[in-house]
Amino acid sequence: MMKHIAALLKKDILLELRQQHTFYGILLYVASTVFVLFLASPDKPAADTWNSLFWVIQLFVCVNTVAKSFLQESRGRMLYFYTLSSPVSFIIAKLLYNIVLMLLMSVVTLLLFYAFLENPVSDSLRFLGIVLLGGTSISLVFTLMSAIAAKAQQNAALIAILGFPIILPQLLMMMKLSKAAFGEVFRDGAVLQLVGLIGLLDLMVIAMAVILFPYLWKD
Amino acid sequence: MCKPTFAPLIKTLILVRKSWWKILSFLLLVYTIVGGFLMAVPTLPILNETIRNLYFHVCMWFAMMIIFGVSFVYSIKYLRGFNIRNDIFAHQFAAVGSFLGILGYATGTIWANYTWISDQGQSLTTILKEPKLIGTGIALLIYGAYFVLRGSMTDIDKKARISAVYNIFAFAMLFPCIWIIPRLVGSLHPGGEGGANGNPALNFKDVDSRLRMVFYPAVIGWTLLGVWIATLKIRIQLLKDKSLLHE
Repeated sequence: MMKHIAALLKKDILLELRQQHTFYGILLYVASTVFVLFLASPDKPAADTWNSLFWVIQLFVCVNTVAKSFLQESRGRMLYFYTLSSPVSFIIAKLLYNIVLMLLMSVVTLLLFYAFLENPVSDSLRFLGIVLLGGTSISLVFTLMSAIAAKAQQNAALIAILGFPIILPQLLMMMKLSKAAFGEVFRDGAVLQLVGLIGLLDLMVIAMAVILFPYLWKD
Repeated sequence: MCKPTFAPLIKTLILVRKSWWKILSFLLLVYTIVGGFLMAVPTLPILNETIRNLYFHVCMWFAMMIIFGVSFVYSIKYLRGFNIRNDIFAHQFAAVGSFLGILGYATGTIWANYTWISDQGQSLTTILKEPKLIGTGIALLIYGAYFVLRGSMTDIDKKARISAVYNIFAFAMLFPCIWIIPRLVGSLHPGGEGGANGNPALNFKDVDSRLRMVFYPAVIGWTLLGVWIATLKIRIQLLKDKSLLHE
């Protein structure tokens, strides 16, 4: 099973390296979105506004990053995987791959935000940690949504419709948690508690994905 | 000679045995409406007599969650046996649940109008950012997405399977959210301040015993009414899909 996961993961990474245009496409998407924000927003957005804008952009970047993971697989190729591996290793490989991709995109978004829109973050290292945690959560949920949308033969719009209400609570938690990096004082243990909650929700999403994906996979 | 005189009685007995819960729902709702408007309630500042809305507004929320739960169970049942009947059940229960959610909003709007807005002068933004409004909003968006997802596919088996997967995942994510969000956002609902004021999500001890006398029967009554509506919708759908069900 570990071998299958590793092989599938390697396949996805290789595909990404061979078809670099999609990767650069997403990078360009991120860059142009942040640029539009830079032009549209006031010179110095307040920390709160900055925070909300950042997470909303994360959401859209994630939809576009993760969307293609299942949509790019043709019917024939899915059938081929079906004969080769189990659904569980397939979904785990996809989840891992999307986490890696999303973490990369999160860092790029963050750097672009720092570059274009002032930097109100007082504790950069902590904020980076929160961003990585948030990127992981968002990519996990959207991977499963992308699998559902791909099965329904729909486009990225459906992923957003399906995923946004589900991710909303986690997004609220992330925005709240981010305030810890903006110098807001939390009561003792509250930060850890929030991180723990987000982590638990992530675990739940993984468990649900592993349980439910086999039903999506059969045709 | 005796037979014809007993026949109606037996008929009635069979009716009672088959649909006792419908009768129970009717009686409970009559009690809710009569008792709800006439029985004594605690007089509280701001709330005053509007507290009677508890029997209608809060019950909608309860009934909605229970009926979404039923829909969730039928989705699991569908994935276990791939019986299309279970999919019809899950779909119709989700529809009734959403309807109750909208009714919950409607009754809540009336309540808010006489308390938060006219007496407390809260702004619309504060009210719209209520954790309970967010929770219901999320639930309605999720089930809206569920119907969109169903509508986007034509193959019946595929539609049933994929929407069941989404229903299960969404419901499993919805519940933790309903517990977590009230702890993240300040609330105007009772117990909303959190911490010292007890459980911000739900606290049965907050409810006065006089209110509970009507409140619990009302919850059961409204939920049964929701189930009743759902069974009617299910029967219509089953008749429509008769040719597909091989019965």
